[in-house]
Amino acid sequence: MKKVKKIKIKVNGKLKVIKEGYNLLKLINNLKIPIKKVAIELNKEIVDKKKLNMIKLKTNDKIEIVHFIGGG
Amino acid sequence: MSECAKAIKLSGADIVTVAVRRVNISDKKKPILMDYIDPKKITYLPNTAGCFNSNEALRTLRLAREIGGWKLVKLEVLGDKKNLFPEMIETLRSTEILAKEGFKVMVYCNDDPLMAKRLENSGACAIMPLAAPIGSGLGIQNKVNIKIIRNQTKLPLIIDAGLGQASDAVIAMELGCDGVLVNTAIAKAKKPFEMALAFKNAVIAGRKSYLSGRIEKKILGSPSTSNKGII
Repeated sequence: MKKVKKIKIKVNGKLKVIKEGYNLLKLINNLKIPIKKVAIELNKEIVDKKKLNMIKLKTNDKIEIVHFIGGG
Repeated sequence: MSECAKAIKLSGADIVTVAVRRVNISDKKKPILMDYIDPKKITYLPNTAGCFNSNEALRTLRLAREIGGWKLVKLEVLGDKKNLFPEMIETLRSTEILAKEGFKVMVYCNDDPLMAKRLENSGACAIMPLAAPIGSGLGIQNKVNIKIIRNQTKLPLIIDAGLGQASDAVIAMELGCDGVLVNTAIAKAKKPFEMALAFKNAVIAGRKSYLSGRIEKKILGSPSTSNKGII
């Protein structure tokens, strides 16, 4: 049986180990993040939320998921 | 968060500022602001609180726009951690860039009429001068400058930062401001809900007073009752 390779990424500053070939949509869904209420950055570039399933994650990718809190 | 929502309702606020922060990915049950304050009922104003340079501020507001198409934003670029005064050179640069990118930028700034004019010329959609340092509660320190800014601009003028009690809001509105931005004065009052209500009434009173046209100030007294028919 072929062993699935794993890669390391950072999500909101925290290290995560995921299977190679994972796309961004799968990651967001697994984290149970409400997509409509957040914005997502991949390596400091804003990601179009409609294209999340087209973005394959690579090792050392840095993902930021942000939302609104009160303040200002 | 429900207390915050209640205070906002009591204050009668039309707009609530929000900050962009990381989602807590380890605690998925942590409450989300939008579940408590409905952005369809009250205008969310994404702002750059805590940003100390133009790049951080631009990144924050571009992300805010991505969350849900927010184009009306509040720009705040701070200059020093001690006084929390705005860094006006970075603020001016950021205003130009954001306006070109299609944002409607409400700008936190010093109470400097010349800088307010430059912001207006750079595409700001509202001028938001400080009353005093953020969170200081000192009230409006430079009424003359606020009045000068009022007289030179038709843009919405909103006092941002430094108010301490409801009467400060009355003064702001009587100077001709279009609104006030209040956080600490309500959030840290002993009775926040009562203070929220006080600010609501203060804004209404100040606005009505401004529109009613105050009497002329005189040194000498003049009787308020007619002397005609005196016995």
